Amino acid sequence: MVGQSAGRRALTATAFLAPSLTPLLLFTLGPMAASLVISLLRWDLLRPPQWKGLGNYAVLVADPDFHAAVGHTVFFILGYLPLAFIGGLAIALALNQKLGGLSIFRTIYFLPVVTSWVVVAFMWKWLLNPSSGIVNYALTLVGIHGPGWWTDPAWSMPSVILASAWKDLGFVMVILLAGLQAIPDDYYEAAAVDGAGRWARFWHITLPLLSPASFFVVVISLINSFQVFDQIWVMTGGGPVDSTSVIVLQIVQNAFSYGRVGYASAMSWVLFAAILVITLVQLQLQRRWVTYA
Amino acid sequence: MRRFFRIATAALAASFAMSACGQATTTVTPGPVKLTYFTFSAAPDHLNDLNTIIAAFHQKYPNITIDVQTASFNDYFTKLQTAIAGGTAPDTFELNYENFVSYSSAGSLLNLSGQASKDSGFQASVYYPRAYSVFQANSKQYGLPETFSDVLLFYNKDLFDAGGVSYPSPDWTWPDELTAAQKLTNTSKGVWGDFQPIQFFEFYKVLAQDGGQFLSADKKHATFNDAAGVDAATWLVSKVGKVMPTDAQLGSQNDEALFKAGKLAMWHAGIWEFASMKSAPFKWDIQLEPGKVTKAHHFFSNAVVASSKTAHPTEAWQWLRFLTSSSNAVKVRLDSSWELPAVADQSLFSSYLSQTPPANRAAVFKALDNIVVPPVIEQESQLQDIVSKSLAKAKLGQETVKQALDEAAGKVDALL
Repeated sequence: MVGQSAGRRALTATAFLAPSLTPLLLFTLGPMAASLVISLLRWDLLRPPQWKGLGNYAVLVADPDFHAAVGHTVFFILGYLPLAFIGGLAIALALNQKLGGLSIFRTIYFLPVVTSWVVVAFMWKWLLNPSSGIVNYALTLVGIHGPGWWTDPAWSMPSVILASAWKDLGFVMVILLAGLQAIPDDYYEAAAVDGAGRWARFWHITLPLLSPASFFVVVISLINSFQVFDQIWVMTGGGPVDSTSVIVLQIVQNAFSYGRVGYASAMSWVLFAAILVITLVQLQLQRRWVTYA
Repeated sequence: MRRFFRIATAALAASFAMSACGQATTTVTPGPVKLTYFTFSAAPDHLNDLNTIIAAFHQKYPNITIDVQTASFNDYFTKLQTAIAGGTAPDTFELNYENFVSYSSAGSLLNLSGQASKDSGFQASVYYPRAYSVFQANSKQYGLPETFSDVLLFYNKDLFDAGGVSYPSPDWTWPDELTAAQKLTNTSKGVWGDFQPIQFFEFYKVLAQDGGQFLSADKKHATFNDAAGVDAATWLVSKVGKVMPTDAQLGSQNDEALFKAGKLAMWHAGIWEFASMKSAPFKWDIQLEPGKVTKAHHFFSNAVVASSKTAHPTEAWQWLRFLTSSSNAVKVRLDSSWELPAVADQSLFSSYLSQTPPANRAAVFKALDNIVVPPVIEQESQLQDIVSKSLAKAKLGQETVKQALDEAAGKVDALL
C-alpha cells in the first residue's frame, strides 16, 4: 500500500537522520531553547530562578558596559575583516602561480589555522611584549620606539586584530585559492587576446568570478568575528581597562563570575539575533555583487 | 556559534539537572557512608597530603569513606555553582572567605551550629578566634576555618646592603618605604625599589592603613572615594614608573619573577610565596607591612562547609571537624608547607617558625594583631572588578584618582 510505503520511507529517513539529529537536538537546539527561557529569568545558579520577563533585555538596552562591548566588537571586525581578507587574497594570488613547491607554502600558511588559539595567542603575546618582545626590538633597530601593545588601552585591540588576522590568513587563502583555480584559463586567454592588461584581467575577470568564494569567506568570518573570544581571553583578558572587552567576554563574565546567568543568556540571544539579521542581509545583498559563473 | 552553543549547553545541562532538585533526603543512613569532598587547595601538589589526612580519618571513623573531587581555583566556582544548581552539590567543600557570603546567604550551606552543640567533644576555642567568627552569618556557624594566610613586606637583604639602606623595621610607615624604594631603584640596571599590586585587594588594605572605610557601617554606600580613599589610591598609583615598574616595563615578567631574579628590593606578597622563594640565590626576609595612620594586614582564610542538601549532616560534621582541627591534619599541613591551619594553639607552629628563610617568620603571626578582612557583599566578583578597573584607569592616567574612585563608588552603590 502507498500509505504504508510512505510511512516506511519516513521511518527509514528518520533512522538515517537519527545519529546526527539526536546530538543536534540534545546538545544544540535543546540548550538554545533552554537559554531562551533562562534569558527571561533572574538566576544566580545558587538560588531558585525567579521570573523576570523581558527585564534582562530592558537592562541590556541601557547597560553602558554592553554598549562598550558592542563598540569593541565592531572595532575588532572593522580591523580584522579587511586585513584577513586582503591578506588572504594576496597570498592566494601568489600561491596560484603554476610553479613547483607551492604546496609546501600552502601548508605553511594553513598551519596557524589548525593550531590551538591558546598557543597562537601566547605566541603573539610574547612577540608583542612591550619590553622584551621581538617586534618592539625590531622597531628599535629602525629607530622606532614601539608601543605598549597589550599594556596600552589604545594598542590592545590592534594587537588582538593583528594576531587574529595572522591566524586566519590561511583559512581565507585556502577558500580563495579554490575559487581562483575554478576560473577557466580560457577567459584570461581571450581577454589577453583582446588586449586586457594584468590589472584589467584581475579587476574584470578574477574578482567577479571569485565573488562566490569571497562571499563565503565574508559570511563565515563575520559570524566568527562577532563571537571573538579565545584570543582575547588569553592575550588581554578583556583589558587593559576593558579596552578589549567584547560581547562574548561579557557573556562569560556575567554567567560565570557575576552569577547573572539570565542576563548572560539575554546577551547571547541579542548576539544571535544580530548575527542572524546581518547574515540574512548579506544573503540579500549578494544578488548585487556575487557572480555565479 | 561554537562558543554560544557551549554556553547554551551548560545552561541547558543546568536546567535539566535543576528538575532533579529536591530528591535529596535527610534520613541518616546507618552503616557505611560515602561523603564527597570538593577541594581547590589540594590539587595538584597536595593530593597525597590530603590522602594522608583521609586515611587517618578513616581509621577513626571506619564507616565513612571520603570521595575527593578536585578542580583548579579558576574552574572551581563555576563547577561548584553548576553542581549546586543541578542538585548534585558535593556533601562537603571548600570556600574562601570572599565567596562565603554569597553561598551562605543563598541557603546553600548547612548550619553547623546544631551539629556543634550535639558534639560534646567540640571546642570552638581550638580555632583562631577571628578565623572562626568570620564564617558566621546571622550568628550561626556555616563553616569551619581550614587555613589562613596573610601578606607581608618581602625584602631583598643583598640589595639593601649594597645600597647602604637599613632593613625595614616593624614601625616603618609609607614615607620610610618610599624613601628606601627611591634609594634602591636603579632603572639602568633594571632594579626597582618596590612592588605593590594595584588592585582591589591591596586597595582595601592601604585604605585601612590610611584610617579609611571601604563601605558605610550599614553596607548601603561605598565610602572608599573619600579623602582617605583618594590618598590611599594615590599612594598605590604614584609609585608606578618611579620606584615600581609600569606594566609595559614589567612586560611578561610578573612581580614574583622580578623578585626572584634579584631585581626587586621590596615586594608586597603573601606568605604562600615562601616555598617558591626558598631557592632564591640571595638573602631575603620579611617584615610587617608599613602603615600610615595605623597598621593593617590582610587576613585570607579558607573554610570547609557542608551542603545544606547533604544526606549525611552528622558524618559531614565529623569530617569537617577532623579536617580542620585534628592533630593529624594540623601536622600534615605544617610538615608539607601546605597552608597554615587556622588553629589557636601557637605551640603547634614551632616547626613552622623554626624553618628559614625567612628568619622573621614570627611576623606571620604578629601581623594578625591588626587584620583587615575583605569587604564582602553578595555581588563580590563585580565589586572586585569595578574597583580594580577604576584603579587601572587611574594608574594609566586615563582619569584622576578622584574621578576613577567616584565613578567606581557610583557603580558599587548600584550593587548594594
